[in-house]
Amino acid sequence: MSEPVSIVTPPQGGVGWQDVTTAHAPLRPGRIVLWLVVLLVAANFIWICARNENFGWPVVGAYFFNPDVLRGLGFSLFLTVIGMVLGTFIGLLLAVARLSDDRLAKAVAGIYIWFFRGTPLLVQLIFWYNMSTLFPQLSLSIPFGPALMSWDTNSVITPLTAAIFGLALNEAAYMAEIIRAGLMSVDRGQAETASAFGMTRRRALWRIVIPQAMRSIVPPTGNQLINMVKATSLVSVIAMSDLLYAVQSIYNRTFEIVPMLLVAVLWYLVITTVLNIAQGYIERYYARGDRRSEAATPAQSPAGIGDNA
Amino acid sequence: MTAPRSISAAPLVEAHGVHKSFGDLHVLKGIDLNVAPGEVVVILGPSGSGKSTFLRCINNLESIDRGAVLVAGEQMGYRVHDGRLIKLSPDAAARQRRNIGMVFQQFNLYPHMTVLQNIIEAPIGIHGVPRAEATAYAHELLRRVGLTQKADAYPRQLSGGQQQRVAIARALAIRPQLMLFDEPTSALDPELVGEVLATMRDLARQGLTMIVVTHEIGFAKEAADRVIFMDGGHIVEQGPPGEILVNPQHPRTQAFLARFI
Ligand SMILES: Nc1ncnc2c1ncn2[C@@H]1O[C@H](COP(=O)(O)OP(=O)(O)OP(=O)(O)O)[C@@H](O)[C@H]1O
Ligand SMILES: [Mg+2]
Repeated sequence: MSEPVSIVTPPQGGVGWQDVTTAHAPLRPGRIVLWLVVLLVAANFIWICARNENFGWPVVGAYFFNPDVLRGLGFSLFLTVIGMVLGTFIGLLLAVARLSDDRLAKAVAGIYIWFFRGTPLLVQLIFWYNMSTLFPQLSLSIPFGPALMSWDTNSVITPLTAAIFGLALNEAAYMAEIIRAGLMSVDRGQAETASAFGMTRRRALWRIVIPQAMRSIVPPTGNQLINMVKATSLVSVIAMSDLLYAVQSIYNRTFEIVPMLLVAVLWYLVITTVLNIAQGYIERYYARGDRRSEAATPAQSPAGIGDNA
Repeated sequence: MTAPRSISAAPLVEAHGVHKSFGDLHVLKGIDLNVAPGEVVVILGPSGSGKSTFLRCINNLESIDRGAVLVAGEQMGYRVHDGRLIKLSPDAAARQRRNIGMVFQQFNLYPHMTVLQNIIEAPIGIHGVPRAEATAYAHELLRRVGLTQKADAYPRQLSGGQQQRVAIARALAIRPQLMLFDEPTSALDPELVGEVLATMRDLARQGLTMIVVTHEIGFAKEAADRVIFMDGGHIVEQGPPGEILVNPQHPRTQAFLARFI
């Protein structure tokens, strides 16, 4: 220490005190050793992988930006986004239905969630894909009565729509439960206050309840989104050329299975990383009312979320 | 007390034989009450006597089982069609109370909005006031409740007393014809009660119609035109504070007030 620290000793001979601004962080040699060990092991692992010829890094490099791979990647992202957006929207409707006083809406939502969570996504996708063998004609009709309009199933359910239906409807069941938990986490007094001020239930939901529910909805939704990125690889079974399908069709020609799978894995990791970062920002935005200590400046809303209508 | 108010003929609030039960619990057992425009009514009574329930029945946050509640001549929660009484949908019922301000014991500010956003939410979203006008009025209200510096703070960054004053400003922002207060100071530390009561006394002096449930006898003494004593779901006794608080007739009122001396 450079300058002497004055220790104030009380006359009674009790414990002296120093101002806390003079405090130092404790030295913890154990932590430093642990850090070194972990870094060493990680570096060693990377080194081993990088030198292993079976991984075929030059092949990974050659195919990483291959047009077919990029097209598959784009399609995977497209499916993720559309599946998630539709799934969240339907999930919100289901969650509100489950929380409503209406017995019918409650029952319908409950059965939907029970069915779509209770069956494997892969099977659901295959069912959608093979819809035409079950129902050759789709028609809009009065129950048990005559049809008003009808379509050939094969013209409606293409592999693309089967993939979208399959992913979105399955996602909706999970999102419904996440959103329901979020809505229930908001103090009942909030909706009541909104109602006391004359807000309609819809307005209270959008302006008051959902923004507060977002705090507990966002983290599990991030999970779902990452799951969804990977779940899109299932559509390769119904002949949709997603990222996994693209690398598969390349290694079916070149037999470089591991390098091509590495291409896919690395791309999945890139997407996941981007999503994680975005999630961090979104979480911080929705935590804005909770920061007691920070300067009282209103947070900027990302893309107009939560702006007063 | 200030100069006696000229109390006009048509009451702003009318309660006729209001009954309310929660399951087997009969909470309100026939409440009759008229409140004139500009009148300040303070409701006193022991815990569980049904004060909050009655207040919530006035703006129909709680539906009633028997009787009728009218605010500004409109029957709360119902409309009349071809001479028949028809229950309003939840959204129509909400619309019906948009001119009644309410202040809650637990403040119930919107925690995800700044103080300013809390105040302008209803004027802009429900009353269609232009944003600039709503914002200007919000700042004026914040000045009146003594919180000019806090417009951009979030509710959790404020003390309880400050939060309750924001809640009062938020209720005033809709330019209410009636204000309901449900124990606005009982969640506050004793040293913060004064600032909220001072704000409320100002409002009373300005001629706002107020119904206040409180345990603050001092406030009743100074600001009320009429004090109502409730017990066991009945109005036991009512009158000017000078009579009820000084010389209560009913033994229940006497026993209740004895605790505050
Ligand atoms: N939503 C409800 N469901 C069931 N019982 C209720 C409900 N609200 C109030 N009660 C009961 O009704 C009675 C009257 O309650 P109320 O809140 O009106 O009393 P209060 O006079 O406001 O009392 P306090 O001074 O403690 O606030 C109490 O016994 C309470 O438990
Ligand atoms: Mg109460």
